[in-house]
Amino acid sequence: MYEILEKEVLAPTIKKLKVKAPLIAEKTQPGNFIILRVDEKGERIPLTVADYERETGVITIIFQEVGYSTKLLGKMDKGDYIKDIVGPLGHHIDMEGYEKVVLLGGGTGTALLYPKVRGFYEQGAEVISITGARTKNLIILEDELNQYSDRVYIATDDGSYGHHGFVTDILKDLLEDEDDIDLVVAIGPVPMMKAVADMTKEYGIETIVSLNAIMVDGTGMCGACRVTVGGERKFTCVDGPAFNAHQVDFKELMNRLNFYQNEDDLVHEEEVEEDN
Amino acid sequence: MALQKKKTPMKEQKPEERIKNFDEVPFGYSDEEAIAEAERCLQCKHQPCVEGCPVHVPIPQFIQSILDEDVVKANQIIKSKNNLPAVCGRVCPQEEQCEDVCVMGIKNEPVAIGRLERYVADYNMEKGTDRTKAEEVEKLKIPELEGRKVAVIGAGPAGLTAAADLAKYGLDVTIFEALHDTGGVLRYGIPEFRLPKKIVDQEVEAIKELGVEIKLNVVVGKSITVEELFDQGYESMFIGVGAGLPRFLNIPGENLNGVYSANEFLTRVNLMKAYKYPEYRTPVVVGDRVAVVGAGNVAMDSARTAKRLGAEDVYIVYRRAAEQMPARSEEIHHAQEEGIEFKLLNNPVAIHGKDGRVDKMECLKMKLGEKDDSGRRRPIPIEGSNWMLDLDTVVIAIGQNPNPMLTSNTKDIETKSWGGIKVDENQQTSREGVYAGGDVVTGAATVIKAMGAGKTAAENIKNYLLNKSKK
Ligand SMILES: Cc1cc2nc3c(=O)[nH]c(=O)nc-3n(C[C@H](O)[C@H](O)[C@H](O)COP(=O)(O)OP(=O)(O)OC[C@H]3O[C@@H](n4cnc5c(N)ncnc54)[C@H](O)[C@@H]3O)c2cc1C
Ligand SMILES: Cc1cc2nc3c(=O)[nH]c(=O)nc-3n(C[C@H](O)[C@H](O)[C@H](O)COP(=O)(O)OP(=O)(O)OC[C@H]3O[C@@H](n4cnc5c(N)ncnc54)[C@H](O)[C@@H]3O)c2cc1C
Ligand code: SF4
Ligand code: SF4
Ligand code: FES
Ligand SMILES: [Mg+2]
Repeated sequence: MYEILEKEVLAPTIKKLKVKAPLIAEKTQPGNFIILRVDEKGERIPLTVADYERETGVITIIFQEVGYSTKLLGKMDKGDYIKDIVGPLGHHIDMEGYEKVVLLGGGTGTALLYPKVRGFYEQGAEVISITGARTKNLIILEDELNQYSDRVYIATDDGSYGHHGFVTDILKDLLEDEDDIDLVVAIGPVPMMKAVADMTKEYGIETIVSLNAIMVDGTGMCGACRVTVGGERKFTCVDGPAFNAHQVDFKELMNRLNFYQNEDDLVHEEEVEEDN
Repeated sequence: MALQKKKTPMKEQKPEERIKNFDEVPFGYSDEEAIAEAERCLQCKHQPCVEGCPVHVPIPQFIQSILDEDVVKANQIIKSKNNLPAVCGRVCPQEEQCEDVCVMGIKNEPVAIGRLERYVADYNMEKGTDRTKAEEVEKLKIPELEGRKVAVIGAGPAGLTAAADLAKYGLDVTIFEALHDTGGVLRYGIPEFRLPKKIVDQEVEAIKELGVEIKLNVVVGKSITVEELFDQGYESMFIGVGAGLPRFLNIPGENLNGVYSANEFLTRVNLMKAYKYPEYRTPVVVGDRVAVVGAGNVAMDSARTAKRLGAEDVYIVYRRAAEQMPARSEEIHHAQEEGIEFKLLNNPVAIHGKDGRVDKMECLKMKLGEKDDSGRRRPIPIEGSNWMLDLDTVVIAIGQNPNPMLTSNTKDIETKSWGGIKVDENQQTSREGVYAGGDVVTGAATVIKAMGAGKTAAENIKNYLLNKSKK
């Protein structure tokens, strides 16, 4: 059982929890994730470790309520216990040797991006962060990004804050104006990551994406998280979650994210009935 | 009285009933049935059956105790070699092991050793006489070992067996398990209708009573490393992390939605309890038509599970012939009774989709050719014989490779080219104090072999620690 020490609502459907998990806090590096089960009857869902404090043994998770399990987690409060958490899982991102890095986060992707922003910054790289969302009140972690970035750009689809348009518009300008960018990291919805990959490919700039394939065990046992990278089968949980963006089969990934559409609809329908 | 030629039948749920539930299929023997079956044993002096059992259960002796109506003693006799008789009696491939060499089997049916083992285990579990008594355990303790720390990695049959034996020596044993529950394949692979989970629970309880601590949600190699365990004072270690990594066919369409590895399919149903939906919020929707590729135990379990989840038509698609199917004969028989259709001598060559989901599987007919290296007749494709099977779900059940999670994150543990951990005859790895056994050493094998390896390792860990303290 893992105690929730703090809860914060970052945006209407985006929540942040601080959880006591000493073994995980001790080991996590930027890019690692955990798998949790809210309660005895729940499913196993992967979430990125957004932050960790080794001394106090506390980890932070930030998540968007998109379906049954994330909504259930969103209902938990300070003092409640999460049934199971396992981690840290996946490879961390290798951060050494880069001098100027652009990091893009879309929506909750920003939460997944933040530990990498901080990691690159602490490594001494020049860090440019770009975050975007549909509208102003969905922009999260602005202060944190400011703290660990040399520059921060913001975009909203409706123009309510920052640039009116997409994060990729800003990236495009940067790629045009600055020719010393060594690495681009993009985390967010698949179409956004694909758009970034297509764009940076033209400029020949190394690009990393973190994939959100569907997972069960997270240890290479079940094969659910398989993705195609460079024409080969990879298991996101043990081979990733970060991959070379220019080699990822995004179309397949996008399709596979709907694998459990029927099941999710089923659970969702019941939930709606319960609420009525 | 003339010797009964056939095994005493075991009553079971009728096929048309059982495909609607996940309850265990066979009911087990009554006392009378067990005695009738025990009477068939010839009490052979040379005991070939004992040789046939990978852990050498003293078979005629325990059968004699059944006849003497001392079922408690029968249990102790079995348990001297096999910590999990309730499990093995149900899932051992007896027809290839103890029963294969039973003298009764030469002219008649062999003695139903597995069923008798199950009877003994269930009888004692029910009466609460299955646990080794505290004073007995006390006697097994070795003073030099008391309180010294040993780690067991993985809570499958190999790890559970090793932990139990190590604890009995008086060692302070901790099991580290990656998943949120114990049992390994016994929990997430083999379905409830073949191995009720309450049996796994009871076995795990018994191990805890011996003082073993079980830490769930710990992935060794990630959450903690082997080096760190040594640093924390664990003097020796047993690795029983099993097989993992599912194999795929490497044909087009295998990443379409609706294509599962058997591991994923069975884990969702068993570990995540999809079969208890809506109580558990983790359903699996299989649709009307399901094909399972492969013909081992894992394939039979997947097919029978799909049927119980409501599929109308379930097929086993296998590229070899009936006599080459690796599953236990009882499982094949049960699958046939449940209306699973066998499409033998058929090799899948592509899976075709519609809107990103499985729609059809294209198969190529095969015929049997010359014998290959394994002594089995090799299947060869019949050119141009392609045909289509309409489907909603495909489950790939063609095997697993050893779990690489731990070895890839640990120094100095040598592996074989295919990933299995290298061990010597004592189950010792290339690293001092570290032992391994079960599927991670052999590749996907059997419960009893994993247990046997766990027992051998425990014995040698004991010797290692005794030697070490002498130095
Ligand atoms: C490595 C990794 C890290 C992630 N980190 C974060 C994070 O930090 N914050 C965050 O908000 N989200 C993160 N996600 C996504 C998160 O796991 C899903 O949003 C969540 O599982 C949805 O569950 P649900 O029951 O609420 O929704 P559902 O209604 O069940 O599903 C909604 C969608 O979520 C995805 N999903 C469902 N189940 C799973 C699963 N078991 N594994 C992966 N995806 C699934 C599917 O695409 C599905 O269409 C991460 C995913 C991965 C693979
Ligand atoms: C569906 C199915 C049906 C089967 N049917 C039969 C049958 O009828 N009869 C038979 O004899 N055999 C059968 N088998 C095979 C048998 O179950 C295995 O041979 C046996 O379980 C192997 O035992 P094990 O202890 O080596 O590994 P496992 O049972 O695989 O257990 C390994 C455990 O280690 C854990 N683990 C893995 N990595 C780590 C890590 N890094 N840190 C901590 N823990 C870790 C895993 O989560 C798991 O719990 C079947 C297998 C399957 C999949
Ligand atoms: S453990 Fe298995 S092989 Fe050995 S006697 Fe029992 S059923 Fe037969
Ligand atoms: S071989 Fe068969 S008949 Fe002979 S002792 Fe063993 S079980 Fe009995
Ligand atoms: S989540 Fe099961 S193999 Fe990656
Ligand atoms: Mg869900």
